[in-house]
Amino acid sequence: MSVMAYDEALERYEPVLGLETHVELGTHSKMFCGCSTTFGAPPNTHVCPTCLALPGSLPVANEMAIESTIRIGLALNCSIAEWCRFARKNYFYPDMPKNYQISQYDEPLCFDGYLDVEVDGRTVRIEIERVHLEEDTGKSTHVGGATGRIQGADYSIVDYNRAGIPLVEIVTKPIPGTDRLAPEVARAYATELRELMRSLGVSDVRMEEGSMRCDVNVSLMPRGSSEWGTRTETKNVNSLRSVERSVRSEIQRQAAILAEGGRIIQETRHFHEDTGMTTSGRSKEEAQDYRYFPEPDLVPIAPDPVWVARLKSALPELPAVRRKRLQAEWGVSDHDMESMHNADAIEIVEATIAAGAPAADARKWWMGELARRANESGKALADLPITPAQVARVTELVASGTLNDKLAREALDGVLAGEGSPDEVVASRGLQIADEGELATIVEQVLAGNADAVEKVRSGKIAAVGALVGGVMKASRGKADAARARELILEKLGVSE
Amino acid sequence: MSAITRDEVAHLARLSRLAISDDELDHYATQLDDIIAAVAKVAEVAAEDVPPSSHALPLTNVFRADEVRQSLTPELALSGAPAVEDDRFRVPRILGEEA
Repeated sequence: MSVMAYDEALERYEPVLGLETHVELGTHSKMFCGCSTTFGAPPNTHVCPTCLALPGSLPVANEMAIESTIRIGLALNCSIAEWCRFARKNYFYPDMPKNYQISQYDEPLCFDGYLDVEVDGRTVRIEIERVHLEEDTGKSTHVGGATGRIQGADYSIVDYNRAGIPLVEIVTKPIPGTDRLAPEVARAYATELRELMRSLGVSDVRMEEGSMRCDVNVSLMPRGSSEWGTRTETKNVNSLRSVERSVRSEIQRQAAILAEGGRIIQETRHFHEDTGMTTSGRSKEEAQDYRYFPEPDLVPIAPDPVWVARLKSALPELPAVRRKRLQAEWGVSDHDMESMHNADAIEIVEATIAAGAPAADARKWWMGELARRANESGKALADLPITPAQVARVTELVASGTLNDKLAREALDGVLAGEGSPDEVVASRGLQIADEGELATIVEQVLAGNADAVEKVRSGKIAAVGALVGGVMKASRGKADAARARELILEKLGVSE
Repeated sequence: MSAITRDEVAHLARLSRLAISDDELDHYATQLDDIIAAVAKVAEVAAEDVPPSSHALPLTNVFRADEVRQSLTPELALSGAPAVEDDRFRVPRILGEEA
């Protein structure tokens, strides 16, 4: 498959984005029955006559799911429907035992909102078309065939534990004008949406477990044209990084086809984490008519305006507002705040500060040393085996002069290696900064052994003191306070800066 | 209205995985015919001043509290399935070769 270089693709074409995001709500019970929604249970243990569609069963809507959906809509600046209905979406995959999914069609619960995201120092407003409520489907495993995919499988086996878990679908309007930042805008939107869900407490939004899933629509139009091109919809995008990569690779793929005079087929595509590319899935042109009609087993929803107003006034501080407040409190630059946001570090830095660390130190350790460790081991910061309180304790040990930065890194090493708390690691590894007496002795030895450097410093080449400080650090095996060693050296040589 | 045939009842029964005897086929064909004829009368009285409705009762906001209730055991849940594998419902190939 040929692709065009990203820069060239952007010179010739302008991308238009669209995102459909599914979020599984964190209710205790399913959307229309009392089965548990807990993830990871043995197959078909969270099923009942209603979610298995046995004859005679009837659905009843979960009030908490309705409430959560309205709260999501309010947080996304949407209007809330005064009256709306569920709809039946009929289809013939066995992932729903009813042969239909209860969803919403032309009467979504929430509509016409927006979400502002920050990209590269500028604010991009993403218009929200609709937020509607539906039920999740069961999980199919395809048996036989080479790829484990539905194509070529001999048969499939289905677990209905997930069938009927409340699922919110958030659909953006088409997003033009993002230009070469389209991949970053898509990622920033998904990131912001995930944080919004977290702050509302409506979902655990774990993309790797599928409780938040993004479908990414991309189309291209030639520069100077105002007519949108044919779009593709990429599914299976299950990390924030993949959202960004899938937009980029789809732009490059479509550009190559268009440049050769080809035509984009409106279709569903699958994203592959390993190659970073998409492959063709089901053709949308052949997608069946879902024969939507109002769900006769459920009565309409007419949210009481008083209830909606109460939910609105009880919304928590939203992530963008919170970030602005924290940025002011911590006194960090826009750039540093955006880096922390992109690294998903804000909560953990906040917790470290709450545990007693100065803001600058908390940021320094999480965004420096610990970010490097996380990156090396392919983990998220929050998954490192160290707590914000432990990081705060290390900063305290540095502030009190027990550790210098190098020893602090060793202390972090020990904690990460499971050797216990920072204090235990300091004790067991003997990490203690050299005291004044020890330091003076070491400085004497280093000066005696480095006549050349000593001469240079005495003759005014102050920069040469670096080599002597380095010698002290080496001789002390890292346990000296470098700044104090420098002072002592200059003092003993009778040089002042 | 055209009468519901025995063949149509047998077809519905197979789709619904219901075991129905020969005698019952005739019985249900007559019943279904009567039901459809009764429902068809609605079309005769539908007037422009009657808004379409999707539910028999003029109710809104019938909700349940978000409380977990006992599910079926997997044995019971799977007991009506035509085929079972690894505690899952086994279903025939979903997409043909060309898909």
